[in-house]
Amino acid sequence: MDALNLTTKPKSSDIGIDNVVLRYGKGDNAVLALDGISFHVVPNEFCVIVGPSGCGKSSLLYLVAGLEERTGGMIVVGGKPVTEPGPDRGMVFQAYTLFPWLTVAQNVEYGPKRKGIAPAERRAIVEHFLREVGLAKFANHYPSQLSGGMKQRVAIARALANDPDVLLMDEPFGALDSQTRHSMQELLLRIWDHSKKTVLFVTHDIDEAILLADRVLVMSGRPGQIKKEIRVGLPRPRSMDLVMEPNFIAMKREILELLKNDEDDEH
Amino acid sequence: MTLAPNTSSLVSNGVTARVEAGQAGRSVLKVIATPFRAVPRSLSITLGFMVWIAVIGGWFALTYSGAVKEMFLPRPESVLSTTISMALDGSLWEHVFASVQVVLIGFVLSSIVAVPLGLTMGTYRIVQAVLEPLVNFIRYLPVTSFVPLFILWIGIGIEQRVAVIVFGVFFQQLVMVADSARSVQRDLVNAAYTLGTKRGDTVFHIVFPATLPSVLDVLRVTMGWAWTYLVVAELVAARSGLGYISLKAMRGFQVDVIFMAIAMIGILGLCTDQLFRGIRRLVAPWAN
Repeated sequence: MDALNLTTKPKSSDIGIDNVVLRYGKGDNAVLALDGISFHVVPNEFCVIVGPSGCGKSSLLYLVAGLEERTGGMIVVGGKPVTEPGPDRGMVFQAYTLFPWLTVAQNVEYGPKRKGIAPAERRAIVEHFLREVGLAKFANHYPSQLSGGMKQRVAIARALANDPDVLLMDEPFGALDSQTRHSMQELLLRIWDHSKKTVLFVTHDIDEAILLADRVLVMSGRPGQIKKEIRVGLPRPRSMDLVMEPNFIAMKREILELLKNDEDDEH
Repeated sequence: MTLAPNTSSLVSNGVTARVEAGQAGRSVLKVIATPFRAVPRSLSITLGFMVWIAVIGGWFALTYSGAVKEMFLPRPESVLSTTISMALDGSLWEHVFASVQVVLIGFVLSSIVAVPLGLTMGTYRIVQAVLEPLVNFIRYLPVTSFVPLFILWIGIGIEQRVAVIVFGVFFQQLVMVADSARSVQRDLVNAAYTLGTKRGDTVFHIVFPATLPSVLDVLRVTMGWAWTYLVVAELVAARSGLGYISLKAMRGFQVDVIFMAIAMIGILGLCTDQLFRGIRRLVAPWAN
């Protein structure tokens, strides 16, 4: 493994979510999107929230990032209550959010530059993380010249280059074709193994959830609530081959069952 | 169904020449009748050229056949010779310079305020709330109706012509720049926040670079309008400039001079248009 020659060891914090409520609108038109969500993500944990679309899982991530305002409850990251967005909570979005006017290298450099890190060290950081995602050769390309999978790899490199305390990932592979998605999942597992960041990952893909997670939180929709917590406990390093394992299939069946019940409740 | 990139590749081996020709002929028709499909570059250049030849040819035909009196439509060669003689005695450049000067001053004055203000207006709802009702009212007022007022207020000097251009261009620029700022992808700004961008830096670090190509397009389009308002201003009150010589030429029935002035404005407009396209390619190479 390519050793990280940076001065400090990557940071990793816990995430505490306590009785979080999110309501949109007022009066009779009010929609309760999240109803009293509570859980705790420990440092270095890979935690995945899986749920149907519209269950409020993305909103929860935006609340942790500080990009949306919660109606009630408390969110604490690394001991600090969340009040606004900040570089301590890196995020990878479902939509492509690379800055189109910057090259790949400049995109990755963006966070460290805001932090006021010296140019020489910035270059080392950029080089390291572009190598991590296998895009060193594309340093001087513009995002418009990259495929969807490559864009998301740069987005991961950009988030990690900023050395956040936690990494929030909002269905980052949702828009990719299934082959690309699988290779991205393996890449993410490898990178995570190197950095051991605390990750809170949101998806509707059950295979993806089990493959990546230490712990899967199954969410139900309208209003969003945590239905069940499943400890995956499969050995690491993991690969796509796991999806055939009986353990994996058993967990998948359980989650499918939970999400199916949820659908039935609605009817 | 997809069409092959060139017609010859449509033809597989073992097909007779007659069928080849037939297929090729059909597919060219198919290509040019397909919405949004690119046509060969040589074809588009040829067509563009032919339209010019047709227009100038029509001009020759109308004047030489005597269908239109020369008092109303000058012969092409007399426009050319007028242009050459005015270029040689320097009077042409004097008027071109006078016009370009007014357009540039008015356009630059307008743009340096409209662009930053427009970006702020598109980014901050509160600025939009303050400015939009007034701006939307003013921008529908015809600029020409303000010319008498400007003459009354600021006389008939260069300031008056500059004022007409600023008034004609500024509010349009403001609204269009604000629109492009408003259309910046929200998650782009969110991503910037999670990377440590301060709220107050958003306009400069994100909105400005993200909208740069469309802002340059706004400038390119409004530059064309600036030329229009320039002529309006010069027709009413000026002692130099291309609009002024047109008006003077009308009084002396010098139709060839009017034609020359119109052609010069067209050429200058084409130049500024290309200039802005060049700038866009240079400062926003990523947007192509």
